[in-house]
Amino acid sequence: MKTSSPIPRILLVLLPALLLFLAGCAYPTLPPTTPPTTPTTIPAPEALTIVTHDSFDISEEVLNRFHEDTGIEIKVLKSGDAGEMLNTLILSKENPLGDVVYGIDNTFLSRALEADLFAPYDAPALADIPDDLELDPEHKMLPVDFGFVTLNYDIAWFEQNDLDPPDDIADLTDPAYKGLTVVENPASSSPGLAFLLTTVGRFGTEGDYTYLDYWRDLRANDVQVTEGWSDAYWGVFTVGSGGEGDRPIVVSYATSPVAEVYFNELESPPTASVNTPGNSFKQVEFVGILARSPHAQAARRLIDFLLSPTFQEDIPLHMFVYPANSKADMGDLFRRWAEVPTEPVSVSPEDIARHREEWIEAWTDVVLR
Amino acid sequence: MTSLSGSHTELLASDRKRPERRIQAAVRARGYWLLALIPLTFLSLFYFYPLLAILRLSLFPDGRFALDALRPLYEKPYYAGVLWFTTWQATASTAGALALGLPAAYIFARYRFPGKSLLRALTTLPFVMPTVVVATAFTALLGSRGLLNQILAGMLRLDAPPIHLQNTVWIILLAHVFYNTSVVIRLVGGFWANLDPRLGDAAAVLGAPPWQRFRRVTLPLLLPAIAAASILVFLFNFTSFGVILILGGPGFATIEVEIYRTAVRLFNLPVAAVLSLMQMAFTLALMALYTRLQARLTVPLDFRPRTLTQHAPRTRRERLLVFGMLGVLGLFLLSPLFALLLRSVTLGRGPTLAYYRELFVNRTGSVFFVTPIEAVRNSLFFALITIVLSVIVGLSAAYLLAGKGRGRLAAVLDPIFMLPLGTSAVTLGFGYVIALDEPPLNLRTSLLILPIAHTLIAFPFVLRALLPVLRGMNPNLRRAAASLGAPPARVFRHIDLPILARALLVGIIFAFTISMGEFGASLLVSRPQFPTLPIAIYRFLGQPGLNNYGQALALSVILMATTAVGFLGIENLRYGDIGEF
Repeated sequence: MKTSSPIPRILLVLLPALLLFLAGCAYPTLPPTTPPTTPTTIPAPEALTIVTHDSFDISEEVLNRFHEDTGIEIKVLKSGDAGEMLNTLILSKENPLGDVVYGIDNTFLSRALEADLFAPYDAPALADIPDDLELDPEHKMLPVDFGFVTLNYDIAWFEQNDLDPPDDIADLTDPAYKGLTVVENPASSSPGLAFLLTTVGRFGTEGDYTYLDYWRDLRANDVQVTEGWSDAYWGVFTVGSGGEGDRPIVVSYATSPVAEVYFNELESPPTASVNTPGNSFKQVEFVGILARSPHAQAARRLIDFLLSPTFQEDIPLHMFVYPANSKADMGDLFRRWAEVPTEPVSVSPEDIARHREEWIEAWTDVVLR
Repeated sequence: MTSLSGSHTELLASDRKRPERRIQAAVRARGYWLLALIPLTFLSLFYFYPLLAILRLSLFPDGRFALDALRPLYEKPYYAGVLWFTTWQATASTAGALALGLPAAYIFARYRFPGKSLLRALTTLPFVMPTVVVATAFTALLGSRGLLNQILAGMLRLDAPPIHLQNTVWIILLAHVFYNTSVVIRLVGGFWANLDPRLGDAAAVLGAPPWQRFRRVTLPLLLPAIAAASILVFLFNFTSFGVILILGGPGFATIEVEIYRTAVRLFNLPVAAVLSLMQMAFTLALMALYTRLQARLTVPLDFRPRTLTQHAPRTRRERLLVFGMLGVLGLFLLSPLFALLLRSVTLGRGPTLAYYRELFVNRTGSVFFVTPIEAVRNSLFFALITIVLSVIVGLSAAYLLAGKGRGRLAAVLDPIFMLPLGTSAVTLGFGYVIALDEPPLNLRTSLLILPIAHTLIAFPFVLRALLPVLRGMNPNLRRAAASLGAPPARVFRHIDLPILARALLVGIIFAFTISMGEFGASLLVSRPQFPTLPIAIYRFLGQPGLNNYGQALALSVILMATTAVGFLGIENLRYGDIGEF
């Protein structure tokens, strides 16, 4: 039977084309080989790579300043949210994606340290960073910024409905607040986990009224749970997307109101955060040098830069968190609208690492199943 | 008749030049193996190699099987529940997409009406929309304060909203139908359009009523295309992720969602790996079943050009049917998109283009700022590479599977080709990080990893679009051309290509769509200076402020517009007589 399909030959032309193409693709991604121009000193690399999470942002001008000062270019790689990033870092430990990591937070700190990803560095700038932020005594992870997860509410909604806005997380279980709150799933969201930790720190895991009792009451009071911050803020919170949502209380950040003011050029924020004692969780973000980076010396200069007032003062209006360096000015807008919550709840990174899975599981059983 | 004369010519030919034929056969055999090399090389490098690397690392962390870590799997009945939910919601969603898609496919296949290609382009748009954005559109329409509830509450004089869909399984099914109906419309509609209507006419002459004609004649002929569309839609729903997380809320989990939670949040890679394997085993089993079915369904057909199969609706009944169906489609698929468009120009104030203008302003001086034009350019660049790769891999895979006497080969290879669709993106994403990290495959931070990952999802669409046509193509056409002395290249150019062109365009449309959408983008290491449109949209959704939300909506509208223009461009691709069919 003559069943000659004429196609093979045509595709045979395409096969080498495909292979050539792929070879071509691979080529430009090879790391630039720096010719050893000055053999006497360790040559500075042409570029350093920061591995970070999706929320990282900074102004072009500030980032370029490092290049002007040192001749080293900064490249940025993003690898999902903080949890996804840490996974990627652990998986690529032997052959790291970059030189410096920005944005491991205190909920992931122990996990990151256990994985032994970072090389210690006693940065001079640590002198200007408050001691309570330094959670890693070995200085493998250096605090770079911090923020607070806390309740936000819709000011206008509470005025219109003649109800006092909440000023304590315990208020949310009051029948008057039934069906008003949206929180994020701690299994999938970083503010969600922070809020769960707030309740753990506040109510404890043993005694008459544990964090699980609180969540039982919250569930009975018709709390809504979303997977992530975006779904809660844009989809459910009354302020977020301008009227589509139907809940006036959301778990967000102490700095969300200032972001509302800044991005919408408003006189005052439409939302307020609950900054009273015992109602917020402090999130500290860290930077560190990847132990396997071949450019340790240059990476230290980059860490110095990230902790310097130049970079630190650019943090607030780009990432909406507070600078770790106390010498850095947070700016007028932050001073006016981003009050730092008093006496945040604290849970140690070791406790978090040890019990994270257990607390999340217990929470899931109580709230979702 | 034709088949007789065909074999007759061949007999004569084989008598005359036997030695040449043996050489030709050898060349053909080698050709087939080289043909097989294209999809197999691609899959080996970018699928099996990274996948096996991550599975090995997960299951044998210290060289020993991680049995202890797997305890939750058999100790908790929860996982059986997840598998059950994953399967039934995928089945129900697929049934929904067929219920809406088949009548629509009929309308598009058999009738001509004004604005047809635009409408068809619009019905495919849901496919590219980021889930968060679709979720807000759904909320705007179906939420407790949404349009539908307001209308119903007004009409029925109710105090409370009558419809509660949020965080129910219904909204998951609705969203899946919304996303996937276009697969049915395009794959089945495209096949249907070239089906010879005279077969039905003949049945009518013999006295068969319309329903009988459909059931006995049209439906059996359509089955290969329907099966192909169903399997794609099913696999998409089976591995659904964003819809479940965002619209369904935390009360629902598919295996894919569970893999993500286990791997990323609980750091339990062994359990995630076993769940991935479960998902793949299910996909393989399903595909094996499908392949066996498919082989039985295929009959050789004479495809007809569309000029002969389509006409404008003539009678009142036909007009009612066509425009009624279009109305349903519009309501279902287009109203959420229209809601987005409307919101993007009215959000927070009167009619305004402020959010579109704002897109061009780098107010924060951010290093990651890109203009919408650059984002469009990036998206189109990745889409173009995805299309080229998908066509090369998909076309060669289709010829490999459709070849005569390749039944057993197809039975093995076809499920393998579909496997990427049923594979966890999280798992594969991690696989890329650990496996593609050294030259010559140092691709994990390369820009090209995105189109390569997209091609894994996109080439099965090209394959599925081509296979029913390729298998149904009457072999005598080729034989006749060959016996008249046409060299293989000319046979391909003048016989295969014109008949395949439509199906190829359908495949290209989906490759384009998949690349323009958000598929797996967040699970790969990204270079933030080159954001695609969906990534740029997510960036705006990362921080509070109506202005950010407005810009996200505006950019979503730009994504819709770019994709729609792309569709129209691809559909109107013409080269000589190719594409006219």
